[in-house]
Amino acid sequence: MASEAPPTALSPAQAQEAWHSRLLGLMAARKEPIISFAVILVSWQIASFFLPPYLIPSVDVIVAAFIEIVVNIGLLGDVLITMGRIFLGLVLAFIIGTILGVFMGFTQTVEKHTLPVLHFIMGIPALSWVVFAIIWFSHVETRIAFILLAGCLPNYALIIHDGIKSISKEYLDMLRAMRPTRKQLFSKLVLPGMIPAVLTAWKVNLGLAARVVIVAELVGATRGVGNKLLLAQELFEMPKAIAWTLVLVAFLLITQLVILMLEHKLLRWRPAKQGGMAT
Amino acid sequence: MSAAGPVVRMRDVSKVFTSVDGDRFTAVESLDLEVGSGDIVAIVGKTGCGKSTTFNLLLGLEEATTGSIELLGHDPYREFDWFRSKLGVIFQTDRLLPWRTALENARVGLEILDFSEKEQNDIALQWLHKLELQGFEDAYPHELSGGMRQRVGMARAFCLSPEIFFADEAFGHLDQSTARRLREVFLELVTESRKTCLLITHNIHEALEIGSRLVILGRPGRVLADMETPTNATRAEMAEFEDRVLDIIENNEVVG
Repeated sequence: MASEAPPTALSPAQAQEAWHSRLLGLMAARKEPIISFAVILVSWQIASFFLPPYLIPSVDVIVAAFIEIVVNIGLLGDVLITMGRIFLGLVLAFIIGTILGVFMGFTQTVEKHTLPVLHFIMGIPALSWVVFAIIWFSHVETRIAFILLAGCLPNYALIIHDGIKSISKEYLDMLRAMRPTRKQLFSKLVLPGMIPAVLTAWKVNLGLAARVVIVAELVGATRGVGNKLLLAQELFEMPKAIAWTLVLVAFLLITQLVILMLEHKLLRWRPAKQGGMAT
Repeated sequence: MSAAGPVVRMRDVSKVFTSVDGDRFTAVESLDLEVGSGDIVAIVGKTGCGKSTTFNLLLGLEEATTGSIELLGHDPYREFDWFRSKLGVIFQTDRLLPWRTALENARVGLEILDFSEKEQNDIALQWLHKLELQGFEDAYPHELSGGMRQRVGMARAFCLSPEIFFADEAFGHLDQSTARRLREVFLELVTESRKTCLLITHNIHEALEIGSRLVILGRPGRVLADMETPTNATRAEMAEFEDRVLDIIENNEVVG
């Protein structure tokens, strides 16, 4: 049997090496964000010299407030409660959204009936859901879960539906020629095929849920970051308002990082991204 | 199936597609075809002559509008599940699942047949090695060259030890020298297996190189001519035969 020209593509070991060098490159490129944040911090600090501290508190006061939250278990508990609400809401929205997305992907009737409704729901502002929730439910946690569900479920359903729709019919025909059972078709094609969409949906919804949950917590929650922000506003404590916001953002960034790491592990089969337009 | 009966039998098969607006398009019309056990038949025709539709009909992926199709005495569409492990297909593009390594792609059919994991890996590795893919078992499709990916696609088909092989423009998108090498490998392995093979192609060279019989399709999908490919022909005789085939395709008329 005649041999073929060696491949131009990378071997797995080379690909791993390429990933490492990309990672190093990324770390070397970290100086730009450092510069950006340094400029913001310095500008803020300069502004704090000229404006009253209840408007623009100095950086060290904000840092002190931030540290107070992080080291104080009771205060950190509020952050964890908020994060817990986010995850609970997201998991619930994910489960229902996935079932809906899968059904839409497979059944045209469900797709035709549900898609317009989901698009309509997407157009409803989070604040409207807050008002509806206050009128409909008396229990605070139910209100928060409902607001998160209403805000995030359509995203999950739509993104996962798109993911399933984007699975190539060529793969489907290739597998069908081998006569798989429905279960096999789902586990060998649909499930792995929709993982990129699932990860995208989580990334999109995490940011959305964080914004929504704070608003939701303003409606009667006695604990959580939203409640603490409300207190800070009532007492005119700007350093605390900023510190609470920063703590929440920090937790979200950590969660995003976990998802990115998971994405790297689960989607290692994808070719490395090519450079974009920026030069 | 009876040992003497044809492995593939298409009788008066037509396929008409109807668009959303109600427009009807005939892709295949009154197609008759018989292929005997162990035959290697090349179906050749111009692009758009219904080759791919014929291919999908034979695989049972589409239902014929009229007529009957039998593979091994069974209807591939109505008796869909009967064909588990019976058909080995090599597609125009490799159709490797991008999230699976070469080994995982090669063994996917064996997973469907519920082979034990050890058997899956043993058989798949044996074919990957036979197709000279040692060292690339754990590579993902994007890490392989086009020719290597097509080899994995071939391994996936051969792993099943199917009764019938189908190849749809399987070497069409590769560069000439890679395509030629892969055709040689394919023919060698199919001949070795003594299984029936249907090759669909627009490339006359390819059809003559692999097929011992040539079925020429015209538009809309119907048989224009059905002939043995010359054996031990001189270069001039081969060129003359090729010209004849080209004329038949161009004239699009049934040859008696």
